[in-house]
Amino acid sequence: MLRYTLKRLISLLISLMVASVVIFMVIEVAPGDPASFMLGVNAQEDTLVALRAELGLDVPKVQRYFNWVSGMLVGDFGTSYTYRTPVSQMIADRLWVSLPLALYALALSTLIAFPAGIYAAARRGKPGDLTVMGATQLGIAVPNFWFAMMLVLIFAINLRWFNAGGFAGWENGLWTGLHSLTLPAIALALPQAAILARVMRSSLLDILGEDFMRTARAKGVSRRQALWRHGVRNALIPVLTIIGLQFSFLLAGSIIIEKVFYLPGLGRLVFQAISARDLIVVESVVMLLVFAVITVNFLVDLAYAAVDPRLRSRT
Amino acid sequence: MSLLRIENLSLSIHSVEILKRVNLSIAPGQIVAVTGESGSGKSMTALAVMQLLPNGAQVSGSVLLEDQNLLTLSEPKMCTLRGASVGMVFQEPMTALNPVKNIGDQVMETILIHKAMSRSQAQARAQEVLTRVGLPQDRFPLSRYPHELSGGQRQRVVIAMAIALRPKLLIADEPTTALDVTTQAQILDLLKGLVREFGMGLLMITHDLAVVADMADKIVVMRHGEVVESGATTDLLHNMQHPYTRMLFKASGHQVTLPERPQPQPLLEVRNVIRTYRLPRKGLFDIPEHHRAVDNVSFALNRGERLGLVGESGCGKSTLTKAILGLDEVQAGEIRLDGQAVFSGHKPNLAVRRKMHVVFQDPYGSFNPRHRVARLIAEPFHLLETPPTGSERQDRIAEMLRAVGLSPDDADKYIHEFSGGQRQRIAIARALVIQPELILFDEAVSALDVSVRAQILDLLAELCATYSLTYLFISHDLSVVRTITDRVMVMQAGKIVEEGETEQVFAQPKHPYTQSLINAAPTLPEISDNVA
Repeated sequence: MLRYTLKRLISLLISLMVASVVIFMVIEVAPGDPASFMLGVNAQEDTLVALRAELGLDVPKVQRYFNWVSGMLVGDFGTSYTYRTPVSQMIADRLWVSLPLALYALALSTLIAFPAGIYAAARRGKPGDLTVMGATQLGIAVPNFWFAMMLVLIFAINLRWFNAGGFAGWENGLWTGLHSLTLPAIALALPQAAILARVMRSSLLDILGEDFMRTARAKGVSRRQALWRHGVRNALIPVLTIIGLQFSFLLAGSIIIEKVFYLPGLGRLVFQAISARDLIVVESVVMLLVFAVITVNFLVDLAYAAVDPRLRSRT
Repeated sequence: MSLLRIENLSLSIHSVEILKRVNLSIAPGQIVAVTGESGSGKSMTALAVMQLLPNGAQVSGSVLLEDQNLLTLSEPKMCTLRGASVGMVFQEPMTALNPVKNIGDQVMETILIHKAMSRSQAQARAQEVLTRVGLPQDRFPLSRYPHELSGGQRQRVVIAMAIALRPKLLIADEPTTALDVTTQAQILDLLKGLVREFGMGLLMITHDLAVVADMADKIVVMRHGEVVESGATTDLLHNMQHPYTRMLFKASGHQVTLPERPQPQPLLEVRNVIRTYRLPRKGLFDIPEHHRAVDNVSFALNRGERLGLVGESGCGKSTLTKAILGLDEVQAGEIRLDGQAVFSGHKPNLAVRRKMHVVFQDPYGSFNPRHRVARLIAEPFHLLETPPTGSERQDRIAEMLRAVGLSPDDADKYIHEFSGGQRQRIAIARALVIQPELILFDEAVSALDVSVRAQILDLLAELCATYSLTYLFISHDLSVVRTITDRVMVMQAGKIVEEGETEQVFAQPKHPYTQSLINAAPTLPEISDNVA
């Protein structure tokens, strides 16, 4: 297990290195000079030189790459070209919204999907299964911003249980923060839960047809006990894969939901940075997301090994 | 007093009749073997006793376990009987165990689910039964996982689970079919020993008549869901009443006569071939070790000769086959067909490959289900420089279908319309269509029922006479190899340990491994007098 973890960890570091080189090359080496973009076409040559020096653009590209990477290692992501504030500060502010939102949505999605998927698999072909599958079909088909609008209409405008938008901040306590993230989290979670429930169901159905389920029944284990004791854990591998993918999507892909609920999240930050050609912000957020995806994949790999002993012994 | 009495058991699944008024009984300590070909309903009989039938099954009649009718019991009641009073062992040990739970948990589950003992007692019992089935605790602790065990060892675990609570009745459904002969012999011995020790009744389902004759006190022969004949083993073997029983036994020991071999003239030469596989690295910076699947193998196959290759699973038979076909490059040595190398410059030599063809084991998996038979048979034509077209092509396909005992009209059908035996005929037609110099049969009759197998062997002997075939026949089934080959090679751990004229090798094996193989293989009793 230790060797497996170590191997995964090394592959994680290599992926990060490769990703940082690719991101740097695509964005920095591409033509265009941020300094002249910021100062406009009429800028004086000496002002440009001064700004380039200030932004650290006057050194060779290789040097700049290492400056960028070593800066990130100590939490210095550089200064935003448009806002002239530290990028790390901007990202940290947004991350305090996006990360909890993604985790919240993921937790909701898992909490809905697991019971729904297991229930449907246990009642394959019966009305319960058909109902759940019909609901998931709907969940996949309907876009999440529509859910978001409906949630606002029902729970914010009619019932007045939640605010229609905005983020209350964590300063006023955990509960207040979570409360203002609840509607967006539900809107994000529903389509994901629909996908996850279908994966859970089909994965579990495959397992239910396996020989060892029959062996368990021959031991005197009832159908339901066999499902829980021998089925669910074996069915988890494909489900974990999907959970990993969903987390990465939720972290950065929630821009529409952030817009609908007027949340200061990462998605909106990237959107604004791209519109303003604030390349250093784009670069940093992309790197951060790559880091998040790779880390999640690493965690999913560890979870695989926890579930399946065959992976633990394979070196 | 009988332990299990099945009376007039009928079963239909979605109104298809599967079993018709089956009767059989088992006394304590008795081994009853139910035998028959695929589709005879023997496995369904076993599942009916366990009440683990597929959805949509309708049963009538009665299954009495010590005067308790299992067919009328509720499902919760059945759960208390399964595993405690009736244990079951299945055919496929590789998939019969849950891969994510260790063997200790799985054996203990049988005990704990019936709340028969406390956890610590259950653990002690699990250790005891695993030791009893030949998995001593010092080498196979409870914490082992199924993937760390071989097929034979896994089957021992399955048996341990089935007998952990000393059931009165043990059902074994083809328990050794997936195992090698030497492992099979050990598992059969184990089962016999357990029956004797615990006084269990054993209901054994098997298609292998040699195993039946060797093991059973009583034999029940089934066909199409009906019991055609049953009786005490010795009586039945000496006095078979039903023609089907006689046919089965006759087909099991089926012999063919091959035509004379022509003058020796080498066709395939294999010289000092080595094929190694890299094993996964043990540590991050370790140099990976290599496994020699084929270890310095040399042999020659003459034109018109029928050569057998036998050995247990993992001995390198399939690796050698792949190397001969040029599907895989070897690390050392050379393979030449008609003087030409099958692999040259890291690429397979297509000029050589078109002179060889192969027939695989699985008649279901080796055809594209979306193609018609004509296209399937004509597939090897693309290997030729000038493939036949139009009526010439049609004629060749028709000729091949006739040669393998099918009708030219079958060319327009799809593969799912044929039975396993017919599919294997089509596979042979496909192999013959470009008249290759050499055919490889890789376990080509192993998946077939005995009566079908006998027909395919006859067909091969016939084709040998018409087309003077040269082939390499790879099989784990010694009795088949004995009749269908002129010479035989025995392979063990990548090496050919014995080679010689087939009859001589079987009659007087020299190498200890060959001897152990031949001794382990169950043999059919002499029954020729009654069968004639």
